[in-house]
Amino acid sequence: MDSATSDRPAHRTPLGRSADNGLKIVVVGGFGVGKTTMVRSVSDIRPLNTEEVMTRAGEQVDDVSAIQGKTSTTVAFDFGRITLNERTVLYLFGAPGQERFWFLWDRLFTGTLGAVVLVDTRRLADSWYAIDRLEHHGTPFIVARNDFGGPQHSAEQVRDALDLSEDVPMIDCDARSRPSSKNVLITLVEHLHALSTAQESAQ
Amino acid sequence: MTRPGRDEDPDRLYTVTRGRSRASSDAFDLVTLVVSESDATPGMQSEHSRILRMCQYPTAVVEVSAELKLPVTVVRILLSDLLDSGLITARHPQTAGSAAHLPDSNLLEQVLVGLRNL
Ligand SMILES: Nc1nc2c(ncn2[C@@H]2O[C@H](COP(=O)(O)OP(=O)(O)OP(=O)(O)O)[C@@H](O)[C@H]2O)c(=O)[nH]1
Ligand SMILES: [Mg+2]
Repeated sequence: MDSATSDRPAHRTPLGRSADNGLKIVVVGGFGVGKTTMVRSVSDIRPLNTEEVMTRAGEQVDDVSAIQGKTSTTVAFDFGRITLNERTVLYLFGAPGQERFWFLWDRLFTGTLGAVVLVDTRRLADSWYAIDRLEHHGTPFIVARNDFGGPQHSAEQVRDALDLSEDVPMIDCDARSRPSSKNVLITLVEHLHALSTAQESAQ
Repeated sequence: MTRPGRDEDPDRLYTVTRGRSRASSDAFDLVTLVVSESDATPGMQSEHSRILRMCQYPTAVVEVSAELKLPVTVVRILLSDLLDSGLITARHPQTAGSAAHLPDSNLLEQVLVGLRNL
């Protein structure tokens, strides 16, 4: 049961008629780290949830008969939506960080702008696997430390514990706060912009 | 509250897709925006008419899935039917963002402007 999401919104808020470009950003992190809270803080709509059916090999199931069998796994995820301008809509996905869900991420990450790795400094090891997968996949990301009031660690201690390279931005946040969560997204997109500009000028 | 589709009877999923197991097109990303090009007609399969009503305004595949409480996989099959019959159009993401290829800086600048204006 997750009271932070609603699968039956009282009112659907439609997009404008000219909306024609959907973008994706993924928020990943361990159990209870604040993923849904962050999505809700910045979303124009109440977070919705749904599910995808995947095979163990990470393939999207395109065969309904597989849903009936034991060859597939169902993964639930939640998402929110931010209208950026008349044409562009950003969808924010909260993805479970546990190892057994890697096949969902590979699917979700295809075509995403980038990812936010949300960490609780009391449980840093929960995010190791997510960071591994992102690096492996070549998906750009930033790390956001969600403050649960645990012991204070220096940025350097956290970087060490995560074996984070110097060029990956790391910031503090409070997922319950809209300005703070908005700042996390801006930090990610600024990072993506810097990477993209560097790549373009290298060409 | 149950997660959508979670306790779904597999036979029902089979019925919803009328036994067909494959989407005829891989065209639907999670954030592909679907737009109805026609009204629902009497006698139409109820999921199809719900989609047509819902997509009078652009609606992402994941939103259709959440609203119908059906897995994305099943929704893709239903959408393929409607696309093949010309009852909807699909607006695909234009990011070209992939692991090897970053989205272009112009698009990212637009995203930044939008986020800062929130
Ligand atoms: N103190 C504090 N609590 C927070 C913060 N962000 C989230 N929480 C709380 O932490 C709990 C878990 O938050 P969720 O957003 O449900 O976490 P989640 O990552 O979506 O959890 P799962 O989907 O179950 O893995 C909730 O009770 C939140 O209110 C934060 O920044 N500070
Ligand atoms: Mg959650």
